[in-house]
Amino acid sequence: MKDKGLHLAIFIALCCAFFATAGRAENLAIRNCTWCHGGAARGYTPAPQLAGQRPQYLEKQLADFHARTRDNPFARQYMWGAARNLDAQSVRNLAIYFASLPPRAANDGVPNLVALGRTIYQEGMPDSNIVACVVCHGPNAEGVREIPRLGGLDYSYLKRRLEQWTEGYHAAAGPPMISIASKLSDDQIEALASYLSFVK
Amino acid sequence: MRALNSLQTIQIKRVSRASLLAGALTLAFIGGVRAEHRIELSGGVQAKISYCTDCHGPAAQGYRGYFPIPRLAGQQPEYLENQLRAFIEHRRTNNIMFNVAHSLSSGMLSALAGHFAALNPPPIGGAPRQLVGTGRKIFEDGMPDINIAACAACHGPNATGSGQIPRLAGQLYPYMIKTLSNWDKERGRNPTVPDTSAIMSPVAHSLNKSQIEAVAAFVSTLR
Repeated sequence: MKDKGLHLAIFIALCCAFFATAGRAENLAIRNCTWCHGGAARGYTPAPQLAGQRPQYLEKQLADFHARTRDNPFARQYMWGAARNLDAQSVRNLAIYFASLPPRAANDGVPNLVALGRTIYQEGMPDSNIVACVVCHGPNAEGVREIPRLGGLDYSYLKRRLEQWTEGYHAAAGPPMISIASKLSDDQIEALASYLSFVK
Repeated sequence: MRALNSLQTIQIKRVSRASLLAGALTLAFIGGVRAEHRIELSGGVQAKISYCTDCHGPAAQGYRGYFPIPRLAGQQPEYLENQLRAFIEHRRTNNIMFNVAHSLSSGMLSALAGHFAALNPPPIGGAPRQLVGTGRKIFEDGMPDINIAACAACHGPNATGSGQIPRLAGQLYPYMIKTLSNWDKERGRNPTVPDTSAIMSPVAHSLNKSQIEAVAAFVSTLR
């Protein structure tokens, strides 16, 4: 009986020590990021879902917030401060941590726009010179490498980001998105944002 | 409301019909002008080039999206035109490129092919360097033991191609692998219209996975 109690106490102490060190990125995130991005990093308007986002994309965004190259209004207002004291290793740890969390679709788009959004995403609109997003962002809008997951992000965030490509802000991404987004009409942007908000 | 006499009823009907007609004509005019503008926009070569480069890269150097998007820069114009026609005629199966190509006019096809042929950005690279040596050997000497001719024999010593034979220099590593590995699944798919893609079929079959990767790595480094 005494031995069992001692063994149990040692076991619990070891577990605490393990989780204390392994969970350092988790603690940092809980303290600083979930305040806006939600406890499970699933987003809380206007902060987008980070759970299940591509780690390379997250890393690049954090680095760009730190360097102040990405300058859309909410980046300027919130993320520049949030990323100010992050070093490269913390950026990497946070990116890996959030990427590992399970995403959940926001499901808050406009339902009767989903069909048009799906068509634009999967097939493009050749007569309007609009490319099919699927080629870069993937069949389930999950992204790859530095190309972000779009699937499951909330409607208002997707709509705002699509609009911002042509509003003159500097983004982390390269040339194509400005050119692509400049060909989208307001209706098409709303359709895409709606479709994507439902994609798991 | 007092009852209308028959004359007033006829007058109201006339006015209603006239304004309906005017309204319809106005809408048709606006719609027509818009449609005309859109045709001009989508028919213009510059607009089409912007559409192509959205995926294929600003200098058509290719891009590693979720799917690898090939380099078009410096490609043989005859090959480019042939591939665009192949998508349209379902000789080459690719849903995205069918959508892209099927509404392009003949004039547009040659304009695009000519434009991309003249571009010359550096290759985007990224292939594993340790494979390049083996790839060079296969490319320059072939594999006589299994009856595979040197790639250089047709594609040229610098892999720049000629006529219908494509340039491979600077092509994307993952795209080359995908193409060689899936040759028959994607090319020569219309049995009623046999095409030159049949030439590559035995080569693609004979190469194993590591040989494909080696050749792909080698050509992806060439300028």
